[in-house]
Amino acid sequence: MTTTVGSRTLLEALGEVRDPELDEPITTLGFVASASLSPDGDAAVHLRLPTYFCAPNFAYLMVADAYDAVSTVDGVRRTEVVLDDHFAADAINEGVAARAGFVASFQGEAVDELDSLRSDFLRKAVLAGTDLVCRPLVDSGSSPAALAAMTLGEVPPSPALDRLRGRRAELGLPAGDEAPLLVDPASGAAVGAEAVPLHLRKARLTRTSLDANTGICRGMLRHRYGVEEET
Amino acid sequence: MYEKDGEKYFVVDSHMHYWQAGPETWVPGAEHYAKGWIECFHAYQGLAPAETHWPIEKFMSYTEDDLMKDVFEDGYVDVAVFQPTYLTEWYRDGFNTTERNAALGEKHPGKFIANTRWDPREGEDGLKKLAENVERYGSKGVKLYTAEWREGSRGWKLTDPGAYRYLEACRDLGIVNIHVHKGPTIWPLDKDAFDVSDVDHAATDFPELNFIVEHVGLPRIEDFCFMATQEPNVYAGLSVVIGGLMHARPRFFAKVMGELLFWVGEDKMTFGSDYGIWEPKWQIEGFVDWDYPSDEFSDYPRVTTATKKKILGLNAAKLYGIEVPAECQLPADAGTPAARDDSVGVSAESPAATLA
Repeated sequence: MTTTVGSRTLLEALGEVRDPELDEPITTLGFVASASLSPDGDAAVHLRLPTYFCAPNFAYLMVADAYDAVSTVDGVRRTEVVLDDHFAADAINEGVAARAGFVASFQGEAVDELDSLRSDFLRKAVLAGTDLVCRPLVDSGSSPAALAAMTLGEVPPSPALDRLRGRRAELGLPAGDEAPLLVDPASGAAVGAEAVPLHLRKARLTRTSLDANTGICRGMLRHRYGVEEET
Repeated sequence: MYEKDGEKYFVVDSHMHYWQAGPETWVPGAEHYAKGWIECFHAYQGLAPAETHWPIEKFMSYTEDDLMKDVFEDGYVDVAVFQPTYLTEWYRDGFNTTERNAALGEKHPGKFIANTRWDPREGEDGLKKLAENVERYGSKGVKLYTAEWREGSRGWKLTDPGAYRYLEACRDLGIVNIHVHKGPTIWPLDKDAFDVSDVDHAATDFPELNFIVEHVGLPRIEDFCFMATQEPNVYAGLSVVIGGLMHARPRFFAKVMGELLFWVGEDKMTFGSDYGIWEPKWQIEGFVDWDYPSDEFSDYPRVTTATKKKILGLNAAKLYGIEVPAECQLPADAGTPAARDDSVGVSAESPAATLA
């Protein structure tokens, strides 16, 4: 990755942009090819993806989110975010630059904006995050009944817990100290003790799926650009 | 057949291709799509062991000799199932059509099963063509791409009335295996093209058909598993799972296999090499040698020699009515499916235990 003076905050801002499908920052995934800020305040960011045919809906979300994140960095006056080497790069780059929205950028080929897609994947991220938080509790002997009764405030602090709370808050699900640890990611309702084993099975499977997908994407990116991975 | 430690494995490669994608086949005006597509496939090959990588030139245009050597001579495969992919908007003669596959199959009797395809948006003409293909090539299976964008339509669902007409036609024509591509795709742009709920409904309404979900819905394995666990005629097609993860991401491979064995079960998982993306040889050798890498995986169902024999060939042989030599069959008492209740973490009283 090439950087120039002032790009530290740029990279920090980009670090808040996630691949909505993989639920990881685009910076650690290696999707930021370059980021620079000129003394005049021109920010230039290039993004790259694992394949030429990566899903354009997710690609659009990442380019648009990167644009928004970079625009808020101190000293940035003009923002340019360019997706490289992608079959829909022109439509995405021009659509984001014009603040046109997804549907207008793909006229005739898309009928919905992407909010519901983003929510679907946030719910998956909540389930996967639930596994991450609960696995140590299960390993140390917590019973289904104990987990069903537990609140977020009673879980020992960890980065995984912070992340889970963040994702739940984004979805409008209860995320405070008094909120139940286990909730249905669609309705927000607490999970009853009898439903805990299946809920945890689903959570683990969702995390496995996400991890495997991320693994394939990383492998493809490494093959495509010959880059070493950040772990 | 593959033999290791005195055990004989009958191998059915239930998902492979014979494509042509060199520059001379690219449709004028669509060259960037044709080139991008084959380069994308080629990148997947990068997830295999380095010594099995091909230069892009060979990857675009591998020959009959390459295929026969890689799949049968070196690759241990007994019977291979062609799954067609047309993409005629990009490739002049199609990427790999029923016709091209069958022409090769006819030269090597007994080696190949030539599946065909359909698309409900082709209406009456498509139904006629389907009947012709079954008559001419003896197809017992089809490969379907529900997410394919076509003339303004953004994909289709197995539950569409038009699709039900085709499923009824399959039943009447003697087609028994419906391979549904639920995996990486391009169009439609704004839908989640990996949604498998349509398979759920169709599998219930057509209990006499088998639905093999290729690539297990990757990247949405969880949606596929939740569905497959409730449908006795839904199978997990392992193409991409073994090829894409076993070498490149062994820990994730172990987890994905563990989950599939738990939710879907060893009787409903089928091997597919996805040749020419990956050669079958290293996949089969590696899978026969494979086990969970550590105790961390102890609450997943166990993997036995019988598990591997089923996945590598016996399950698909049953789906396609392929005769298996006696020396490769399982003893009568080895056929017990992986028991869901045996898995730690789910008691016999839990909802998961009663899902099936």
